[in-house]
Amino acid sequence: MIETIQFELNGKPAEMSFEDDLTLMWVLRTHFGLTGTKFGCGLGFCGSCTVLIDNEPIRSCITALSEVSGKKIVTIEGLAKNGELHPVQKAFIKHDALQCGYCTPGMIMNAVGLLFKNPEPSRKEIITGMEDNLCRCGAYGRIIEAIQTAAKEMKGVVQL
Amino acid sequence: MNEKKINKRLFSDSPSPYNLDRRDFLKNLGGGLVITFSLGKRSVLHGKSPFLQDESDFNAYLRIGEDGRVSCLTGKIEMGQGPITSLPQMLADELDVALDKVDIFMGDTDICPWDEGTYGSLSTRVFGQTLRAAGAEARAVLIEMAAEKLSVSPDQLTVTDGVIYDVSDKTKKISYAELTKGKKITRSLDKKPPLKKASEFKVMGKSLNRVDAFEKVTGAAKYSADIQLPGMLYARILRPPALGAKRTSLDLSGAEEMDGVTIINEDDLVAVLHELPDMADIALAKIKAEYEVEETGINHKNIFEHLVKSGTDSWEVAKNGSLETGEEMSGLLFEEEYLDGYVAHAPIENHTATAVMEGDHITMWSSSQTPYPTKSDIAEALGLPEENVHLKQIFVGGGFGGKIYSPHAIEAARLAKLSGKPVQLAWTRKEEFQYDYLRPAAVVKIKSGITKAGKITSWDYNVYFAGSRGSAHFYDIPHHRTLSTSAGRDTWKVHPFYTGAWRAPANNTNTFARESQIDIMAAKAGIDPVEFRLKNLKDEKMIGVLKAAADNFGWTPGKGPSGRGYGIALGIDAGTWVAVIAEVEVNQSTGHVQVKRFSCAQDMGLVVNPQGAILQVEGCLIMGLGYALTEDIEFENGKMFTQNFDTYTFTRFSMVPEVNVVLVDSKDPNPHGGGEPAIICAGGAVGNAIFDATGARLYQMPMTPERVLEAIRKEKT
Repeated sequence: MIETIQFELNGKPAEMSFEDDLTLMWVLRTHFGLTGTKFGCGLGFCGSCTVLIDNEPIRSCITALSEVSGKKIVTIEGLAKNGELHPVQKAFIKHDALQCGYCTPGMIMNAVGLLFKNPEPSRKEIITGMEDNLCRCGAYGRIIEAIQTAAKEMKGVVQL
Repeated sequence: MNEKKINKRLFSDSPSPYNLDRRDFLKNLGGGLVITFSLGKRSVLHGKSPFLQDESDFNAYLRIGEDGRVSCLTGKIEMGQGPITSLPQMLADELDVALDKVDIFMGDTDICPWDEGTYGSLSTRVFGQTLRAAGAEARAVLIEMAAEKLSVSPDQLTVTDGVIYDVSDKTKKISYAELTKGKKITRSLDKKPPLKKASEFKVMGKSLNRVDAFEKVTGAAKYSADIQLPGMLYARILRPPALGAKRTSLDLSGAEEMDGVTIINEDDLVAVLHELPDMADIALAKIKAEYEVEETGINHKNIFEHLVKSGTDSWEVAKNGSLETGEEMSGLLFEEEYLDGYVAHAPIENHTATAVMEGDHITMWSSSQTPYPTKSDIAEALGLPEENVHLKQIFVGGGFGGKIYSPHAIEAARLAKLSGKPVQLAWTRKEEFQYDYLRPAAVVKIKSGITKAGKITSWDYNVYFAGSRGSAHFYDIPHHRTLSTSAGRDTWKVHPFYTGAWRAPANNTNTFARESQIDIMAAKAGIDPVEFRLKNLKDEKMIGVLKAAADNFGWTPGKGPSGRGYGIALGIDAGTWVAVIAEVEVNQSTGHVQVKRFSCAQDMGLVVNPQGAILQVEGCLIMGLGYALTEDIEFENGKMFTQNFDTYTFTRFSMVPEVNVVLVDSKDPNPHGGGEPAIICAGGAVGNAIFDATGARLYQMPMTPERVLEAIRKEKT
């Protein structure tokens, strides 16, 4: 039986029909062409597929499409507004907080989700909140600094 | 930093600017000035390549367009290590153009010069220098042309931002763009023109942020999996449970019953393809296959005995004096053995390739460190002439040596040919581990001796199966011998997995062993480890980096174990001298090691982009913590138990120390390696710091909590 669900994707209404349930990450990448959400481990261990669902950072590689009915999804492509980068994106650029860049969208989405819950996190809270996002190039130290800078920049008001 | 500059899309998957047939390369390159090298004169690159076709083939390194923009063409790829920023810096300076006038095109096999591959820290020190020479020659040619146009002597002319001026009359001027307009000029470099001196640099030596950051923080940067083609199928391949296992039965009926599934079954390649990746996964799960796995009995515990037993072929890397005499001279002899397990590359981007065949021509995007050798492999696999294979420019999501070989690209190419559809193949994480060319497990045996005063007199070193890179010591030792042992041509048969180059191949293992041994001797002699090293060093560069690292760290003398948790390691890799000092905290009841900080001093010669170089050192040390402390592959009979990041732990946020980097300026005009050197010292520095904290010596990497506890227990009894 074909099922149709509606949700909000990067601020716009979206709809998707499917017969067998699908993985959110693949749907975002293949159906919506939002390839900023990356496939890394496929089991939720690395965080490169992280997106925001109702402002909560979620691993889209272990999320079924049927779970997002009526929800609000934001991917890395939906973060900049009117050509203006999000403060977290700007801070990543400023601190050179990336190398190969493959984990970067997931890192940024997880950081934005973390700042939603805790707009002024301590260094320790950033580490705890980011712990399950993996970066093989070793940009961690700069990512922590970038999140601190973004938090300062936003002065407690985290917006999407 | 100028954000507008970042906003520019320097490196995207936009169509090739010059849509070329390889044979008409020069003809089609369009107007402007092109500097070419005949491949036969590729003296700066080592040796002849099996991939060369004929010597009349040309390589172009740069093009000055009629609009004055400069194209920097390189066969190197960008996988995070930063040549996308540093190579344009090098070219801009030699050409005297503004950096934002330079566009870089990387790894596109139809427009970029042939290249052996992006590895060995060669991009800056070898290719970059060649590129500078091409830039210098282009500048000289343009000045000659301007001299004719302006009727002044070439000595009278100077260049600023791509405009050539008469020094005595600044109104007499002409731009590169005006000079090259409507012309097609090709020049070949017969002799190397002089390169600029450091005092003349305007762009090199300046710290720049990554130029690809904007694309990477917005999700716009394209990796191989981000290419989406109409009608494309996603592939999954049937794999055996262990390398070398023989398939004894195959039942495809479950997959055949599914709608929209294409099944490929040709020779060794069994794959399912579907428009939806989820469905390809389901189809693969429906295939039933049985295998025969060879019972070798080799596992991650007994592998080291197996290696030593299999070591039949020793190569003498270095030798001086007589070991017998050296041992007689010494008052204290030390005989130790060091073990290092298999380590995976584990880039976050899986091996991925997207392929489309149109007629007898294939176009591909592949996460590969070697676009040209990969192109040759694909041509061979498909039985196509090389010019019918085009690998396009793409970002690579980490390589570390793991994407030197590209079996995934050959698989994708075969599937595209067999299915007649565009195909994308992304290996799963399980495939990433099973088919990785792992850093080989290795054993190092060292017998060394010192006098009572702490002078090293003998050094007998034998490394089994790691490789020779970094095995030769740099201490002042009168009697020494270094051997590198393998099984010669049969080495591949000894390992239960594929093995290959892992960031600074062999040097991580060798540096861990050597620097541990030095530390053991220093402690026994009751001498501070910095002082002990200085006492046994004559190498000025090494003394320089050691002193710089000690200063930076705030080292105060103390013999080991001092209880402070300080550890040093020194090493040389890719022409770069490195000293690293670590400070650790060891939980003696759990065995958990927390590295608090790293201080690194590095002498890498000319530094093109200091910020980029520091980024690489940080990355090296942070990545290096993984092989030092946590990265371990468990296996038996060729079956790998490590299949994903739940069981393979590399450095995570909570492990990250403070990293301080000093780039020592030794006024060397040549650049040396940057992407690899610092990682070699991570294991040795941490191991020595654990000893300094606890008095317990670790002889095996990774230094897991279990091994640390075991060493502490041993020390106590």
